[in-house]
Amino acid sequence: MNRSIRAFAVPLAGLLVIAACGDDDAATGDDGSSNEDVTITLVTHDSFNVSESVFEAFTADTGVNVEVRPAGDAGAVVNQAILTKDDPQGDVLFGIDNTFLSRALDEDLFLAHESPALDRVDDEVELDDEHRVTPIDTGDVCLNYDKAGLAAAGLEPPSTLDELLDPTYAGTLVIENPATSSPGLAFLLATVAEYGEDGWQGYWESLAANDIEVAAGWEEAYYGSFSGSGGSTGDRPVVVSYASSPPAEVIFAEEPLADAPTGVVADSCYRQIEFAGILSGTEHETEAQQLIDFMLSDTFQSDIPLNMFVYPVTDVDLPDEFVQYGVEADDPYLVDADTVARNRDEWIEEWTDIVLR
Amino acid sequence: MDRGVDRHRAPLTRRRVVTAGIFAIPTAFLAVFFLVPATTLVLTGLRDGGSWDLGEVGRVLGSSSTRRVAWFTLWQAAVSTVLTVVVALPAAWIIGRVQMRGRALFAAVLVVPFVLPTVVVGTAFLAVLDRGGPLAGLRQSAAAVILAHVFFNYAVIARTVGAAWAAVDPSTEEAARTLGASRWTAFLTVVLPQLRSALAGAASIVFLFTFTSFGVVKILGGPRIATIEVEIHRVTTELLDLRVAAVLSLLQLAAVIAALALYRRAGVRHGSGRLRSGQSTLHRPVGVERIVVAMTVLSAGALLGAPIASLVWRSFDNASGPGLAYYRALDSVGRGSIAFVPPTEAIRNSLGFGFAAATTALVVGGLAAIGLHRLGGRARGLADSSLMLPLGTSAVTVGLGFLIALDDPPLDLRTSPILIPAAQAIIAVPFVVRTMLPAIDSVPSRLRDAASTLGASPWRVWTNVDLRLLRRPALVAYGFAFAISLGEFGATVFIARADAPTVPVAIFRALGQPGALNIGQAMALSTILLTMTTVVMLVVDRVGDARVGGF
Repeated sequence: MNRSIRAFAVPLAGLLVIAACGDDDAATGDDGSSNEDVTITLVTHDSFNVSESVFEAFTADTGVNVEVRPAGDAGAVVNQAILTKDDPQGDVLFGIDNTFLSRALDEDLFLAHESPALDRVDDEVELDDEHRVTPIDTGDVCLNYDKAGLAAAGLEPPSTLDELLDPTYAGTLVIENPATSSPGLAFLLATVAEYGEDGWQGYWESLAANDIEVAAGWEEAYYGSFSGSGGSTGDRPVVVSYASSPPAEVIFAEEPLADAPTGVVADSCYRQIEFAGILSGTEHETEAQQLIDFMLSDTFQSDIPLNMFVYPVTDVDLPDEFVQYGVEADDPYLVDADTVARNRDEWIEEWTDIVLR
Repeated sequence: MDRGVDRHRAPLTRRRVVTAGIFAIPTAFLAVFFLVPATTLVLTGLRDGGSWDLGEVGRVLGSSSTRRVAWFTLWQAAVSTVLTVVVALPAAWIIGRVQMRGRALFAAVLVVPFVLPTVVVGTAFLAVLDRGGPLAGLRQSAAAVILAHVFFNYAVIARTVGAAWAAVDPSTEEAARTLGASRWTAFLTVVLPQLRSALAGAASIVFLFTFTSFGVVKILGGPRIATIEVEIHRVTTELLDLRVAAVLSLLQLAAVIAALALYRRAGVRHGSGRLRSGQSTLHRPVGVERIVVAMTVLSAGALLGAPIASLVWRSFDNASGPGLAYYRALDSVGRGSIAFVPPTEAIRNSLGFGFAAATTALVVGGLAAIGLHRLGGRARGLADSSLMLPLGTSAVTVGLGFLIALDDPPLDLRTSPILIPAAQAIIAVPFVVRTMLPAIDSVPSRLRDAASTLGASPWRVWTNVDLRLLRRPALVAYGFAFAISLGEFGATVFIARADAPTVPVAIFRALGQPGALNIGQAMALSTILLTMTTVVMLVVDRVGDARVGGF
């Protein structure tokens, strides 16, 4: 019988390990609470990232600690915030973008705060007159192309959305499903902005006839079907990705690259703007305001590109790779947030009928 | 049969009290971590806007797109289940019966697909279904989904049925053969009936898994195919239409309950296998058996091995030849940022959650199985099915339910680190029950009687007889629970996590940005995850296989 007990020793050993880990956590918690400082919670998406030194600088300046709590992708963060409106999971929410903005504003999730730092921000990205949300960064969703792949096929990179309809580009494009993917939706909105609310359907009828592939999400499209990334396995040389993807290819190359393997079609970009807001229900409104102001400071803004691969909203210097290989579209597509909110579901439905059935 | 003996040993009422006591923990656990959250979300959805709107129920159920999705969900799950059983049964025989070099490794590696993140395996599959290749026609098709389902669930059949097979007394089969039955007849008439309970249990789990399939369908099925689970996820996360999501959740639940009722009707209740402890049931393959072994190992190698091997290879495939650049990058790229996860920490977190989830699942599921064994008639069937329901319920429903149901003291668990292993254990409990119950049912009552006659107390009988015989099934269940936890990502995505990133979380973070080093790190982490899984399985199996002296 003793030996049969051994079978249960593995689970028991596990319990001990857990118990030991639990003690560690408890100890850290004690250290935190012995400190009189306030801790505020930043609810955000899984892509949020920042240098440790940046939040340390904020804590040194204000005495306020920041706890980051990621909660799924951008859409999930907004949904969770709406569902937990009466008992929010944090003090500040970061990562709501212009496609979900109306939904959040309709639900009264945020307290207004007009940050003094807003005077350094372009008016075009301030979408809420009441300042319930503050723009923090912009990320452009653009067509990317595989330089070598297109050259091998004897093709020039497309320069406009229209050119994709040319039969020479048949079988080259992979996009994401707008029903399940945020860049996929951004690309659909780009075509709405270009061809109008009554014209985009015709464009998609022609595009769908030109042998495009529809992937579920960005990972599947970029790594699974696109041919241009250092680690991809696909064979389609044009993909819907981000303006910052070529700089990322260079920064995350396995061996230093002389040039980016991919390029951006500058006239195909749709602008996504990411906002932060103070969750109503917070007990730390002042500290939350301090955090929002800090997110517009040079310290935070200049840390954005290399951690989140999006662009700052103030005019801080960009990293070399962004200057050299990235594109900042002069006149990106943008559809007004209310129009998006009103038509989103219907457009996705229509798109699905045109492209998938 | 056995239970009749137990029943007149103690007064009926006392027996009921003890049974209720045994069920207390599983009931409380399921109530807190499954029933309350799921019910809360469904009710919130149905009452969305402050009033009940049952017209919506009719509209959603009556729409042609719902019918199409429901029909696809049903038929692909049925085909996937049958195919998995057929393909994996020979592997179960190898695990249960065949003495060969590398058997332990074979049994351990089978679990690997089960833990790898769908997106990683999905891209590996996409590479296999390369446009230029022979399987190009399968891209974005139901066939690709079914193939992947077989890949993911192979181990469920092979290992659980294999464990049951090892417990079947070979002498019954030998007797049949001596009496002139062919190998095949002996299998069909003697062995298969003894495996029926384990087989039906494992198949029911595969059915529920594939019925509620999400990632595989999304990634490999392409945008034209959806299961009910995919639709629930879409209307919840994209549209935040909780009312439609609630109706679809109820539809899914109804289908799962119907399937479980069918399973009960099939009369699968009592294990009839004879559990043995002691002598090995393994033998060296002879004659035609050698061919079956070779074909099984080769086909498993092609189906499971090829995508895994390509993944491992990519983790070493550097620009200037094979190397460790991606592994080195794990410890350097992104250091100094808050999202940086030191690989050792991710491994420790994964193992910690694995131990916690598997131990919880074993305690909860083990108690539930003991309780079920003591129940009879309809009560047993109903209790049994209820325990399976978490597998048939949408992860997004339960995950969001956590957020709105578990936010008040004393159960403010939203940000508690307990929530992750608890959510994982909920998925693992049905495994434990399905593996343990047939085994408990088939503990020969004469052994218990003999022990009591010799004066052993009921507790002593249980530890000396039951516990000893149940060790192997318990460890198979423990291993699966551990594997579920190691690979789990779905349920916990919806929970704002305490900062304890696991290996799958690190894989997703690596996949978030373009660049060779990022996908390379994802491959390296996947290789680490599959190595961890293999080692854990080997350890668990070794403990389970350690021979105890016979009675």
